[in-house]
This record gives sequence, structure tokens and C-alpha cells, in this order.
Amino acid sequence: MKVKYFAWVRERVGKAEETVEPPASVRTVDDLIGWLSERGETYAHAFETPRVIRAAIDHAHVKPDAMIAGAREIAFFPPMTGG
Amino acid sequence: MTANVTIRIQEADFDVAKEISALTKGRHDIGAVVSFSGICRGNENGEAIAALTLEHYPGMAEAEIARHAETAMSRWPLNGLAIIHRVGRIAAGENIVLVLTASQHRQAAFQAAEFLMDYLKTNAPFWKREETRDGTSWVEARDHDDAATARWTKS
Repeated sequence: MKVKYFAWVRERVGKAEETVEPPASVRTVDDLIGWLSERGETYAHAFETPRVIRAAIDHAHVKPDAMIAGAREIAFFPPMTGG
Repeated sequence: MTANVTIRIQEADFDVAKEISALTKGRHDIGAVVSFSGICRGNENGEAIAALTLEHYPGMAEAEIARHAETAMSRWPLNGLAIIHRVGRIAAGENIVLVLTASQHRQAAFQAAEFLMDYLKTNAPFWKREETRDGTSWVEARDHDDAATARWTKS
């Protein structure tokens, strides 16, 4: 699946997007945050406070307990500040 | 007549008067247009702001705004609406966002415009980075914006 990062999450991870293949045990958005955090220092820094991270699956907001099975694109970003 | 809905995300500035006439052109069923413009402040808590840079999530931003537009259309008797959000670098004093709502009577237009702005601020995937004398930093989300959005879901 494709993972995208925005704003300071993107800056901390050091890339805007990538394709990842998490194991089957990674079932929810929260699991994916945990799994990504193990990938290195930059990820650990980006996801150090998981409760502030917002997520979207295929362009729609989701909660941390949302299942990721079948997702084409998952995005992680800080609380939004548009308008 | 069907409702006229315009949603655009663009780097270029917009002309409020032109957008209002595009929304109302050729129609005689509209009795009220409410216009909200969000403008880049040159000062935040006593600190000078030279500009904001707006980042967005292409694809999701349009989809999210469209969802809010649909909700507004189902909740109020609107004849049309326009939402234009700028991205990229926006200098102090320049436009950031435009929300127009058109209805037969003012109340629906006022309420729908406020509803759309509250949702845009907290749910549309845009992020502001501000430029000050000391460098640039991401703008933090505000609790009072979340509270403003939450009141629309109270019964």
C-alpha cells in the first residue's frame, strides 16, 4: 500500500510518500503507526506522540482503530490548520 | 434550478466580486449571498508574520470539501455555494480562502457559510507554515476551532 505524509510528519519522516508491505499482524491504523515507528529514528520521531497524528484511508478521515485491509493509500498528518 | 457548486484549490488569488457574479448569474431565485474571505494576518500574538505557506493533500482536500458542501446543501436550502482555497505562499494581507453561500433568504446563507468555514478549518487537509523574523514554523491547531466545529453536531 502507498503511505503519504504531510506537513511536519513529512518533514520528520524525510519523505512525502512510499510503498510499504506491512505483515498481516498489522491490522489497524494504530498498528501501522507502531510498525512504521520501528523502521528508524526519523519514523520514531514523526510518530513519537501518536495521539496527535491524524490518518486518512483512501482520502477519508479514519480513527486509529480503523482496519487497513484493502486500503490503497494511507496518509498521516498533524491536526489541520487550513481555512 | 439546480444548485451551482464550485470547489477550487489554486495558487492564484481570487476576485470576490467575480465569484459572486458567477454564482448568481442568470438566476432570479437567489435572495441572499453571504461571502466569507479568510485573509493572511500580518501579526500573530504581537509577532510579525511576513507570509504563510499552505500545504494540502491533493485529492483528499477536494473530496473533503465536496463532502462538507454536500452536507451543507442537505442541511440548508441553498441555491449554490463556492469554496476556493489557495495553496502555496501567501503574503500578509492576501486572500487565503473564500466561502460563498447563496440562498433565497439570509439565514440559511449565513449559517451554511459559518458551518463550512468551521469544518474547513478542522477537517480539510491543509496545513499552514508561518514566516516570522526568526524563521518558519508550522501553525498549531487551536482547540477553539475544534469547539466551533463540534457545536454543529450538537442536537
